[in-house]
Amino acid sequence: MVSANTDLTYNSKIEGDVVVSRADAVINWIRTNSMWPMPMGLACCAIELMAVAASRFDISRFGAEVMRFSPRQSDVMIVSGTVTYKMATAVRRIYDQMAAPKWVIAMGACASTGGMYRSYAVLQGVDRILPVDVYISGCPPRPEALLDAVIKLQEKVKREPSARRLFSA
Amino acid sequence: MPNADHLGLKWAAADLKARFPQIVDRPSLDHPALNVPAVDVPAFLKVLKEEAGFDMLADLTAIDWAEGASPRFTVVYHLYSTARHDYVRVAANCPDDSAPAVPSVTALWPGANWHEREAYDMFGIRFEGHPDLRRILMWDGYPHHPLRKEFPLAGIETELPDADIAAETGAKVKPAPVMGGPFVASTGRINLTDAEPGAKDESWTERNEKP
Repeated sequence: MVSANTDLTYNSKIEGDVVVSRADAVINWIRTNSMWPMPMGLACCAIELMAVAASRFDISRFGAEVMRFSPRQSDVMIVSGTVTYKMATAVRRIYDQMAAPKWVIAMGACASTGGMYRSYAVLQGVDRILPVDVYISGCPPRPEALLDAVIKLQEKVKREPSARRLFSA
Repeated sequence: MPNADHLGLKWAAADLKARFPQIVDRPSLDHPALNVPAVDVPAFLKVLKEEAGFDMLADLTAIDWAEGASPRFTVVYHLYSTARHDYVRVAANCPDDSAPAVPSVTALWPGANWHEREAYDMFGIRFEGHPDLRRILMWDGYPHHPLRKEFPLAGIETELPDADIAAETGAKVKPAPVMGGPFVASTGRINLTDAEPGAKDESWTERNEKP
């Protein structure tokens, strides 16, 4: 006689509410929905970054509203503005102080490529000193573009083999 | 052409020229201007400030005439009278072309401090008697003075300010030539995409691959 083998698998009456999933999915779900940004505001892009944090665009809809001015508490550095060579070492040092896992968004033309500042004083793209995850075009980008970058970064983080990295480290 | 005599002001009277016979009029299209020997700058500006009423140092800047020119460097002071609302421009040639220096006026105007630091940073002009003559825009240890005529706009390859960051990232201060952009707009019968201001020659970024 064929029986419904509920007793051999999961019985919510006995074991309570349990959800079975993969470690990667759980870890990435947690990470993607509370990315605390490190606002590396260096120029006019920082004004757009502030607009993104304010009520009209409201980055908290994506769980990234907790701007931390301490790199120890941050997950994603948003480099918003012109990175001069003098500032570049400070940017890198702050990045080094962030705890892993950490990501970088290069916001705008200057942070991505040096932008219009082709000069002796400006680093030609923050990716010369940092591993950048998402680039945003624009000078400055619209706030929606930064929100799009946050979503893109979330999609990227969801594909990461987090459990393997976590337990092999 | 306005000069000190045309102003008709008390401060420009023969008295001032009698006390400072080494001062000559400087060609100027707007405000009266004077050429002063570098050694006399603090004494003369003190008279202008305390007796002639030019109480505000509106600007302090410098000129690099050319490589090989003599005098090569000129320091320019713009003074403003907040009571009479007029300006005077005072220029002083640096006596030494290879190691330019003028006396500091920070004792007269504390605000001259950062102006002189910037002129030192950009032109390499030393201001004798300055309380804290450090670079203000470029970092300490930067080997060049960027506004000198021999300095290319693109820059010169140098090391990053911090050796440990440079060692970790492998990054350097690299020349960034304009290569036809970003503000050079194209003209003629071309389509709108080509007319966009942008670097027309992108070989520079292709050659130097990013790490």
